[in-house]
Amino acid sequence: MIVAERKPMEELLQMTAPFGKILVAGCGACVTVCMAGGEKEVEVLSSLLLIERKKNGKELEARKHTVERQCEPEFIKDLDPRAEGVEMILSMACGVGVQYLAERYPKIPVYPALNTKFMGGPVQQGIWTEKCGGCGNCILSLTGGICPIARCSKSLLNGPCGGSENGKCEVDPKNIDCAWQLIFDRMKNLGKLEILAEIQPPKDWSYARDGGPRKIVREDAVL
Amino acid sequence: MNNNFEPEIIAYCCHYCAFAAADLAGTMRLEYPTSVKIIKLPCSGKVELIHLLKPFEDGADGVFVAGCLEGNCHYLRGNIRTKKRVNYVKSLLKEIGIEPERVEMFNMSSSMGPEFARVANEMTEKVRAMGPNPVKLKGEEVVK
Repeated sequence: MIVAERKPMEELLQMTAPFGKILVAGCGACVTVCMAGGEKEVEVLSSLLLIERKKNGKELEARKHTVERQCEPEFIKDLDPRAEGVEMILSMACGVGVQYLAERYPKIPVYPALNTKFMGGPVQQGIWTEKCGGCGNCILSLTGGICPIARCSKSLLNGPCGGSENGKCEVDPKNIDCAWQLIFDRMKNLGKLEILAEIQPPKDWSYARDGGPRKIVREDAVL
Repeated sequence: MNNNFEPEIIAYCCHYCAFAAADLAGTMRLEYPTSVKIIKLPCSGKVELIHLLKPFEDGADGVFVAGCLEGNCHYLRGNIRTKKRVNYVKSLLKEIGIEPERVEMFNMSSSMGPEFARVANEMTEKVRAMGPNPVKLKGEEVVK
């Protein structure tokens, strides 16, 4: 899933300051699961904005609504009646959702309430880590199901580097496991260390962002 | 600050300990301020972030959660979870310029009636010293 976190309140207060009537739009998908922009977070953010506004003797009409997914037009049309007459929309979705709302409402400014961080998942409730770099050409079959692109600080294809110590990465030994240590251990358990003995050639990054914005067309699925 | 200011405080109390303690305080005829309005919950762990924020939005001057003693939660970890939420709400209030001390967490057993009265008094005095919730205060200033 896409993992995001709320922007600092200072930034959000600045963003919303010029507006009196806003719509705080939540997303029921990834950002609900990572507790950043779901129904509960919409309630909390709206409440914080209202308290701050009232504290300064000003008024704010904050409409609240969370759609199933902000990254699909058929779901965001539910926001239409709520968006009517608002001066700005504060989207609590990832960057994808924000852009879909901006496309749907050409005359209403749409602002992001979250910083979209990475593709990953929970380690435990409340802790999320990055797992996939979206490189466009998956090599997990070669690395025991552990992604060196996302999880090695250097995205090495032939690791580990000299900065691996006691299974930790020198970039932040407290918080980052050495992905290549994990890969080695896993391949050893699988009895497939010989795969690691092969030198991987430089990766073709044209499948990733280096090839420009990406697009997938499935002719059979196109209506 | 207005000396006659009588704070309004919302107290979320768990059924098994804090609410029973408040009940006992009454039975023992202990006095605690009428400013404290109790909301009974099955467990302090029922408290969500919005429950702690909404009272401030509506003009309450303080909010506290009272749960069982740590390790004695009827639902095992409800009070520990809520303690974390209370701390998180403190950080949220700080971010919007409201004193984080306006929200607190207390723990007590069902037999600690005097402790409930003490906590209610302590919270009331602390909030009284801080003055009204700025949400209300600004309204007064505007009237002036």
